[in-house]
Amino acid sequence: MDIHEYQAKEILAKFGVTVPPGALAYSPEQAAYRARELGGNRWIVKAQVHAGGRGKAGGVKLCNSDHEIQDATNAMFGQKLVTHQTGPEGKGIYRVYVETAVEFNREIYLGFVLDRSSQRVMIVASSEGGMEIEEISENRPDSIIRATVEPAVGLQDFQAREIAYNLGIPPALTQQMVRTLQGCYRAFRELDATMVEINPLVITSDDRILALDAKMTFDTSALFRHPHVAELRDKSQEDPRESRAADRGLAYIGLTGNIGCIVNGAGLAMATMDTIKLAGGEPANFLDIGGGATPERVAKAFRLVMSDTSVQAILVNIFAGINRCDWVAEGVVQALTANPVDVPVIVRLAGTNVEEGQAILAKSGLPIICANTLMEAAERSVMAWKNDRLQNTKVRSVC
Amino acid sequence: MAQFHTKEMVDYGTNVVGGVVPGKGGATVQGIPVFNTVKEAVAATGADASLVFVPPPFAADSIMEAADGGIRYCVCITDGIPAQDMIRVKRYMMRYPRERRMVLTGPNCAGTISPGKALLGIMPSHIYLPGPVGIVGRSGTLGYEAAQQLKERGIGVSTSVGIGGDPINGSSFRDILERFEADPDTHIICMIGEIGGPQEAEAAAYIQEHMKKPVIAYIAGLTAPKGRTMGHAGAIISAFGESASEKVEILSAAGVTVAENPSVIGETVARVMARKAA
Repeated sequence: MDIHEYQAKEILAKFGVTVPPGALAYSPEQAAYRARELGGNRWIVKAQVHAGGRGKAGGVKLCNSDHEIQDATNAMFGQKLVTHQTGPEGKGIYRVYVETAVEFNREIYLGFVLDRSSQRVMIVASSEGGMEIEEISENRPDSIIRATVEPAVGLQDFQAREIAYNLGIPPALTQQMVRTLQGCYRAFRELDATMVEINPLVITSDDRILALDAKMTFDTSALFRHPHVAELRDKSQEDPRESRAADRGLAYIGLTGNIGCIVNGAGLAMATMDTIKLAGGEPANFLDIGGGATPERVAKAFRLVMSDTSVQAILVNIFAGINRCDWVAEGVVQALTANPVDVPVIVRLAGTNVEEGQAILAKSGLPIICANTLMEAAERSVMAWKNDRLQNTKVRSVC
Repeated sequence: MAQFHTKEMVDYGTNVVGGVVPGKGGATVQGIPVFNTVKEAVAATGADASLVFVPPPFAADSIMEAADGGIRYCVCITDGIPAQDMIRVKRYMMRYPRERRMVLTGPNCAGTISPGKALLGIMPSHIYLPGPVGIVGRSGTLGYEAAQQLKERGIGVSTSVGIGGDPINGSSFRDILERFEADPDTHIICMIGEIGGPQEAEAAAYIQEHMKKPVIAYIAGLTAPKGRTMGHAGAIISAFGESASEKVEILSAAGVTVAENPSVIGETVARVMARKAA
């Protein structure tokens, strides 16, 4: 789960990381008011969206007066910010963060991640702050410093000092750097983050180390034990189809094709998407209905897939292991009878009682096409999609 | 759920000797005694393997209890254990000297089956014939797909091991491949991978340097977009080398025969077996 920059800064500040003074605003007038509250005469106004690359996209502006703040934020609120990380649809700007502008001499990259090779929390740092980490690893890989944390004892001060020395932090500022690193690590560990990124961490002209930007991502599996973090979720930054799915306990990712997918098991779901592509089609979504293809779950899945108006055919691929194919077929028939769809539905069942399942689907009178192998199912979906398009389908209802 | 699968396992011939449910010690379920702790269960029954069905908030604790209680092989089915809990579980397991250390597979896996011998998991046993192919994979139903395709060709499985879909797992591909290489019942290996993580690349290096038995692989997720978690917590392309196409390249370069689509996994294994026999 992602959170906004201002939320990450609030969290990290509580753990002892220094951040510039700042305040959140929900309107241009409020932004100007916040600036006055903060005092001073230079502010940075930042669009709060769940994506990086805001600066280049016009989502970060330096302002020297009330007027400039109102103008800058007027241009932001309600607009979609399109960065190289958002995709062409962009993300809606509904919150803006006003921060006191800070003079700085150095920019450092600092990241905390779960390293899957060592199965440890890893710190990644570079004196090439301000660049994105992919750029740094491509252009200045020798500048990257790594350290892994031993879970039995946590981040040790000597490790933090070593990072500080390797980054060339002035010795007088070592203690500040250690505090910053320890603060980030503790936040990562105590709140079950999967990523903490400060880019850039700066050294100001008055010798303070502070986080000019902050990003935090949290382990969805751990949110049950962090209700205060879970509350920070901002649905306006999510694809609405995916929010709907998550709220219904279904793993769903919207893609850009026309062939909807309903599959049990993430690996099988990915394999199904791959096979559709091989057969000449494009998947409209990833959807894992998990174990238990009950009529209710199957019905929810159909409604979810059909809420994507670009879906022109649906491929259902269920490997009935413990469940039997005839039960799954009953579920599909029930779901489609209660909520009819008007696109071709191709069903591939595998596992126990395949013939019985196919017989139930055939007898139902519903426009279902059966397939035996995954490749067959993908080919028939693509064919059905192409034929359907040629026949000029009538107006469709959304179930 | 545990009760349903226990019955399946017992019916398959697995020697299930006890259950552990804190607070329910003394009860008997399906004729099997229930204990409060793993230590008690092991002392009373001599159990050396364990299947963990515990919900995510408590699963890591149960795995550690198994390690501490003398279990040698633990399979954890649970989907949704926090990643940092698994980091601590792995660290905890290292507390014991190698000779006494527990082996863990999973979490978020379907389990392990040696057809004709025992089932420690939730896979449907009827899709497996006993035979020479070792299966190792991250995905449950995609693994069943592979087993079923093999069965349709009359090809059997020595052991199928699910390593699960999580980013921090008990055993990697490399760990299981090493076991298959040393297993007299396994003559050919079928590896089912997917996007995300370094373990397929790590396996490729191991295969190249240490393995003589042929390996077939299928890698799911050629169409998966970068940076999105595809169902499994570990199925996310977040670094170089983690996409499906990169993994296919790395494995092919190591001498692995990669199936080009999931419908031909069985066919590809059959082809490699025929070549080997020739």
